[in-house]
Amino acid sequence: MALDPKQVHDIAELVRLQIEDDQVQEYQENLSNILEMVNQLTSFETDNIEPLANPIEIAQRLRADEVTAVNKRDLFQSIAPQTEQGYYLVPRVVE
Amino acid sequence: MSNITIAEISKNLASGKYSSVEITQDFLQRIKQNDKAINSFITVTEEQALAQAKAADEQRQNGNASVLTGVPIAHKDNYCTDGVLTSCGSKMLSNFVAPYNATVVEKFNEAGTVSLGKLNMDEFAMGSSSESSFYGAVSNPWDSNRVAGGSSGGSAAAVAANLIPGATASDTGGSIRQPAAFCGLTGIKPTYGRVSRWGIVAYASSLDQAGVITHTAEDAALMLNVMSGFDEKDSTSMQLEVPDFTADLNNGLAGLTIGLPKEYFSADLDPAMQQAVSDAVKEYEKLGAKVKEISLPHSHLVIPSYYLISAAECSANMSRMDGVRFGYRCDNPTDIHDLYVRSRSEGLGSEVKRRIMIGAYALSAGYYDAYYKKAQQARRLIKNDFVNAFKEVDIIAGPVTPTTAFNKNEKNHDPVAMALGDVFTVALNLAGLPGMSINCGQINNLPVGLQLIGNYFEEARLLNAAHQFQQVTDWHLKSPAGL
Repeated sequence: MALDPKQVHDIAELVRLQIEDDQVQEYQENLSNILEMVNQLTSFETDNIEPLANPIEIAQRLRADEVTAVNKRDLFQSIAPQTEQGYYLVPRVVE
Repeated sequence: MSNITIAEISKNLASGKYSSVEITQDFLQRIKQNDKAINSFITVTEEQALAQAKAADEQRQNGNASVLTGVPIAHKDNYCTDGVLTSCGSKMLSNFVAPYNATVVEKFNEAGTVSLGKLNMDEFAMGSSSESSFYGAVSNPWDSNRVAGGSSGGSAAAVAANLIPGATASDTGGSIRQPAAFCGLTGIKPTYGRVSRWGIVAYASSLDQAGVITHTAEDAALMLNVMSGFDEKDSTSMQLEVPDFTADLNNGLAGLTIGLPKEYFSADLDPAMQQAVSDAVKEYEKLGAKVKEISLPHSHLVIPSYYLISAAECSANMSRMDGVRFGYRCDNPTDIHDLYVRSRSEGLGSEVKRRIMIGAYALSAGYYDAYYKKAQQARRLIKNDFVNAFKEVDIIAGPVTPTTAFNKNEKNHDPVAMALGDVFTVALNLAGLPGMSINCGQINNLPVGLQLIGNYFEEARLLNAAHQFQQVTDWHLKSPAGL
């Protein structure tokens, strides 16, 4: 299961990463080796086995629908890269 | 020097042999002297530590001291600490001063412990050698050319070098047990759900669990007593009564049945490792335990299943590192896409990027069934192996790692080799079981870890078994030369 350079770039784009051209080969090799390792699983027969997502298999706990969080906007925004009038600033998205 | 334990400090604070301020100053001095070479701390919070120590001494004078009041510890750098840098060993969070405390940090503060700072780790806890930190690799105090293990390498190295008597840590695939083994310490990963994960920066949420690294099982029990318990802020926290983990430490082991999985003692296992672990098992037989061979037949599936599930959950969790609300942001982004891509590409290291990419690939349309779903099906088989084994035995024993601490730069360019080193530890995270590492010997002057695996929520039984071993052996008392 060897990945080609285009696949490396495509996967990186999915997760908003950019792999520099001089690093593509290293990623290609490492990711292909990892996929080869995990492929021993794909040939293993698992029909009719229920997937296990949470090891303790508890149901999601519900709580009363009451406001519990206090507003800490100023505190949280004090560590943001850029804010203005209570908003997080990013480059213009809609023209 | 001889190892300094939490129990001993607690006793001496109670008797007035020294104050918290005095012992805190001693440890701070040791950090200044020794940590340049070890690199176990990312941040030392001297001023805050001395203020906490002073408050602890006052609390004691007022007669309000708990067992751990005034005892110095430190937190792994993925535990959010209010007002203190919480970097996770990453450039991405190298400016992240957490605006709140993790539940566990809050509990230690309430118990009156003194935090000396934040401990180095693999970037976002993704690694097994503590070499991928933005703040540089951690050195093993037993041999500075070797890794301290990971991802909680800073926690282990700091305790091994007696810079602190105990540390918090976290374990997603062995990140407490493996560094504890490499550094000759006691480490415990409790059952999934036993300790709150709230405020601990998430790597793989269905596998992550908080725990501790200490010199002794008794110290681990003292710390777990503080940190365990239900937390409504963590949706996977268990609503169970927490026992006093020190209560059963002195129970005898007569009649205890220990299972030895034949898959963990295959012909591939290094003979010296095999010998050290077998010798430890013989000690248990002398203590009255019975030994039984068991089988965990799906052990060959643990590495691929773990790798896929951890990477998939990592890719989801790491999507929050976007350069918008906190953390690193690239200079002069041209548009929102450029902001995301450059902030993440510049802020994250290559190991983290690899895992995010593998996870996204395993979750993507057309591959989900072949990878992610398959891994979760294998996960059930792996869990069932343990459930079946615990019908016959009380605890399971085996090695923690295939080798002792490896050299720096030996595996960090080969992710597959690094992953294979976790073969004995990751199964517990997939199954959610509690596990311990205790020092049980040395090979060429490097510590060897014995892994003890318990049934769900039976940490007390593990701690009891570890403590009894430490009453008849002295491996936990050994410390690295010169430290």
